[in-house]
Formats: sequence, structure tokens, C-alpha cells
Amino acid sequence: MKKIEAIIKPFKLEEVKEALAGIGVEGMTVSEVKGFGRQKGHTEIYRGSEYSVDFLPKVKIEVVLDNSQSQSAVDAIVKAAKTGKIGDGKVFVLPIEEAVRIRTDERGDKAI
Amino acid sequence: MHAFLLVALTFFISPALFAENAPAAAAPSFAAESTGTALNATTGVDKIAVNLIWILIAGFLVMFMQAGFALVETGLCRAKNAAHVMSTNFMIYSLGMLGFWICGFAIMFGGYWNGPVPIGWQPTLGHGLQWLNVEHGIKLMGKTFGLMGGRGFFLNPSVLHTAVFALFLFQMVFMSTTAIIPTGAMAERWNFKNFILYGFWVGMLPYAFFGNWVWGRGWLAQLGQNFGLGHGHVDFAGSSVVHMCGGVIALAGAWVLGARLGKFDSAGRARPMPGHNIIYVMLGTFILAFGWLGFNSGSTLAGTDSRIAVIAVNTMLASAAAAVATCLVMYAKFGKPDPSMMCSGMLAGLVAISAPCAFVSSMGAVVIGLVAGVLVVFSVFFVEGTLKLDDPVGAISVHGTNGAWGVLSLGLFANGTYGQGWNGVHVLLKNGVTQIIKNDGTPEIAKKFMDATAAGWVDQGVTGAFGKWFGAAYNDGSQFGAQIVGTLTCLVFVGFFSFLWFKLSNLVVPIRSSREHEIGGLDMPEMGAEAYPDYHLTDRSSPPIAS
Repeated sequence: MKKIEAIIKPFKLEEVKEALAGIGVEGMTVSEVKGFGRQKGHTEIYRGSEYSVDFLPKVKIEVVLDNSQSQSAVDAIVKAAKTGKIGDGKVFVLPIEEAVRIRTDERGDKAI
Repeated sequence: MHAFLLVALTFFISPALFAENAPAAAAPSFAAESTGTALNATTGVDKIAVNLIWILIAGFLVMFMQAGFALVETGLCRAKNAAHVMSTNFMIYSLGMLGFWICGFAIMFGGYWNGPVPIGWQPTLGHGLQWLNVEHGIKLMGKTFGLMGGRGFFLNPSVLHTAVFALFLFQMVFMSTTAIIPTGAMAERWNFKNFILYGFWVGMLPYAFFGNWVWGRGWLAQLGQNFGLGHGHVDFAGSSVVHMCGGVIALAGAWVLGARLGKFDSAGRARPMPGHNIIYVMLGTFILAFGWLGFNSGSTLAGTDSRIAVIAVNTMLASAAAAVATCLVMYAKFGKPDPSMMCSGMLAGLVAISAPCAFVSSMGAVVIGLVAGVLVVFSVFFVEGTLKLDDPVGAISVHGTNGAWGVLSLGLFANGTYGQGWNGVHVLLKNGVTQIIKNDGTPEIAKKFMDATAAGWVDQGVTGAFGKWFGAAYNDGSQFGAQIVGTLTCLVFVGFFSFLWFKLSNLVVPIRSSREHEIGGLDMPEMGAEAYPDYHLTDRSSPPIAS
């Protein structure tokens, strides 16, 4: 089992969700986060005083799936979330030790 | 005008209507009311009724400004303190009102009936105001200087009359405006218990004394009669009495309280702490602009005073000119117009026009607004950057700085078209020569005045140093002198008194919230409730705090 964590631009969420549904991914968890990468931020002025705006709003998608689906899911996410401009985000793949479906107590691959 | 013609006409035809041999059955039913006396009485009562309705409606509009202030201030502060900031804005209305009822109104207006007033003045709200006839003062060099009123404590039965109660309501909501201003400058670190003490004090004392001196027939109003300074310190709707007072109290309070944690870095540079809701700020500003139409127009204390239309339009024009001026200044300086600053701009224009609104031309109103819009921006920078005072909402700059500009601009631009006989000083003009007649209440003076006007002397309204540019028949530099005296008095007296109060109250109940509460948010520890319990607050606006 693998977990895919993808940090993407918020307005791309719908597109990525459709792309994952298209390859048969049946569930995901989404959270609202903020972050920055190499390009850092910029300065703004509020009532005459300068402050720096580093963090930008992002969306984090977490999906746990079968090893066999992992590569095509990563490709689908990257294709759907790409704009070509800075701030597009990143995708990470992590190994998963165990998974349990709470309702039915199923474990392992049956729980995904 | 129509009433006068009707009365005059009736005077001539009434004998015919009441001829003994008139056919009784055919006489129209209004005949009994159309004698001169009866019609006069009905008209007089109707006029007072219109004036009462007007002052009450205007007062209700000003009461609604409390909501405007609450939204502006809370929107400019952080979400974790929203319930606290909102509560100070909420409770000040009640606390201040009780203080005003206890003694504020009596100190301010207890001597209202004693003058000085224009020759031929009639109380627009009715003769019930005659019970406000005790003014305590001192006599120096043969002149009287009114210092405080002495009638009407607890609105006791000796002043139980509709006119007094209407005046109380209208003046109370003005006091409430002064009282609420410091809650913005002192937001996000003011211990609520100390604030409660302040609420009573502000309604009882500082505003009442200064207000008595300007509006309650006290010594600032008497500057005209005593020292020939124009019509005395003139302030139509309260740029100095209400706004500068509030701004100066805010200044003293922000100074004693100190800045919010993390506001200034180790090099003394100000860190921005952006407000959490611009929608509240702008909605609140519109509510204030709406209520201000009652604030200024209602200050005629008369719906039958047709000047109310001029006042309302001048108010609107100044607010618009100021907002545009601020917008353009911000574009020029920073390339972006900062919504909260544009709001401060509109409010600054409203503050500044409050004193001169009845006395200036529309061009004057626009000029006053334009200056206010520029002034408020640079004042904000000065207060934060130079004085190093933390004023989360810019109250000191909007109300203090522009309150002063408002009364001073009156002394410059008033164009003599309104306010004849203000504060008992009549300035008559004929062939370029001025003659001053001061009303001492005697019939001799009244006769002198009538003779002068019959001989072609024209009674001038309140006029400023550059009045001629705006349509006046002459320039009155001494009016500017009177305005300066009033402005300095406000700064020194109210400033010192407030500083003393905040320092002393701090010994009774600490004025500053505890450090932990300030960092975590004041809502739960001081108020017992969060403004946004359903939201995960990010505290993004809070700066780093040195441990």
C-alpha cells in the first residue's frame, strides 16, 4: 500500500479529483494548508507599514492506494494540477504499514 | 413663511368672521381656530412638535452609529479578540448613558437657559428648557466665565419636561460617540474591568465639562461676548466637543496602556497587525456615514430650520471628498489604495465637517473634506511612526487630528450665511463697516438691534478668516482666534484630565490585560465566550513576540 500526498493550488482541486476518479481512485482526504517553496513571498503595505507575505493558501490531498495504482495516480495528479507557473506544488509517495476500515474491521488491501 | 402669511391674512379678516350677526349654521368649522391667537398657538405647537420629532429621529440615527463604530473597530482587530472589542463597543453605550444621566447632562446643560443667545431667541424644543437655569462659574475682571451646569442631576423631577428629555436623548448619543472612540485606540489589550470604570467616568465628567464650555453656554462660548473673539468658540455638531475630545482621550489612553505585544520590533519599527474582516470595516463606515446625517443635521435642534438640507449635503460632500483624497494619496504613495485607509478617510471627512457643516458653502465642504482625507493618512504615520503609539483603528488620527482641523477650518471658511447672533454676538455690516451688538438680555439691547437692522445694518452669520472667498461679506480673523482657544483647551484640559484618570484608575484596577491572555486572545479569558467558536483561528495577523 502507498500513500500519495499532493500539495496543489486550491483552484485545481476539482480537476485533480476528476482525474483520480477517472483512473478508479475511490476516496481521498483533503485539507486546507498554507506553504511556500523556493520562490519565497513578497512584501505588502498595511496602513503605511511593510510586512512580508510568505505563506500562500494551498490544498493537500491524501490518498491511500494499492501499489499497482500508485504510479498512474501520481501521473494523473501531476497532469491535472500543472499550470506551468510557480507555486504548482509537489507530490510525495510514502509506504503504508497498515490500513483498517472502521465500519467493517477489514484490514490490509481489503480496507483501501 | 406660509404660516406667517396665513396669520397676517387672518388678522385682517377675523373680525368679519366673528361679526355678531354672522349666520352660525353656515360658518365653516375651522372658523373657531382661525383667530390670530388660536392659529398662532396651533402653529407654535406644531413647530415644536416638528422640532421634537426631528431631534428624536436624528438622535435615533446617531444611536445607530454605535453599531457602525463596533463593526469598524472589530473588523480592524484580530479575530481572537473580536468578542472583547465588540463588548467594549457594546457596553460603552450603557455605561456612558448611566454616567450622563447621573451627572454628565446636568454638568453640561444645567445652565443651558442662561445664554448667551441671539436676540429674539426662542427655544426650538419648547419652554421646558427654562428649567436648565443653573450655571456655576466665576467672575473675573467684570466678566462671567461659565464652568459647569448645576441642574438636572439624575434627570430629577425639577427638569421633568419633554424638551429636557429630548435634549437629553440627543446629547446622550453624542456623548456616546465620544466615549466609544477610545475603545478603538485601546483595543486588544484593555482589561475589561478597568474599561467599565472608564465607561462611567467618561459619561460623567470630561465630555460634560468641555461640552458645557462650548454648548452649555460656558466660557468658550462666551469668548465672543467677553473678548470679542468672533462668535466665541463655535462648533456646530461637535468636531471638538465630540470628536477631538474622543481622540484626545484615546491618545491619553493609548499612551498609558502601551502598545500591543509585538507591535514594535526591537528597532522601534511598527509591525502591521491587519484586521480580520474588511467587510465589517466598510459596512461599519457606511453605517457611520448614514448616522452622521442625523448627527449633523439634527444639531439644528429644529426640523423647522431649513438649513438642515445644506448641512446634510455639506456632510455628504466632505465625506466623499475625503474618501477620494485618501484613495488617491494611498495610490500615489503605495500603488494600492488600502480599503481600511479609505474608510479612515471617509470618517475623517465626516469628523472634520461636523463643526463647520452649517456655516460653509458646498465648495468649502469639499475643500475641508479633501484636506481631511490627506491629513488622516499622514497623521496615522505620525502617530505610529513618530509618536510610537499603537492605535489599532486610527482613532487618534480620524477623530483627534481631524476634530481639530474641523473647528479650525470653521474659523477659516465660514461664510456668514448662517448663525446670526450665535453665542449672543451680533455682527452687523453696513457699507463695509462692522458694528457689534452683544445680547445681554435687556429690552434696550433688543431695541438697539431692531433700530440698527431697520437702518440697513445687516446681521452677519458666523464668518471665518477667509469667509469672503466663499461668499461672505467680510472676513473675521477673530473667529479663527476663538477656534484656536477652543482647540488648545480641548487638548490641554481633556488630555490632562484623561491622562490623570487612566493613571489613577490603573491603581484601582489594572488597565492592561495579562500577557498570557493577550497572546492567546482575550475572548475566552476575559469575556467567557469566543466570537468565532466554530472557526479554527490561524492568528495570522499576530507578530512574533519576544519571550
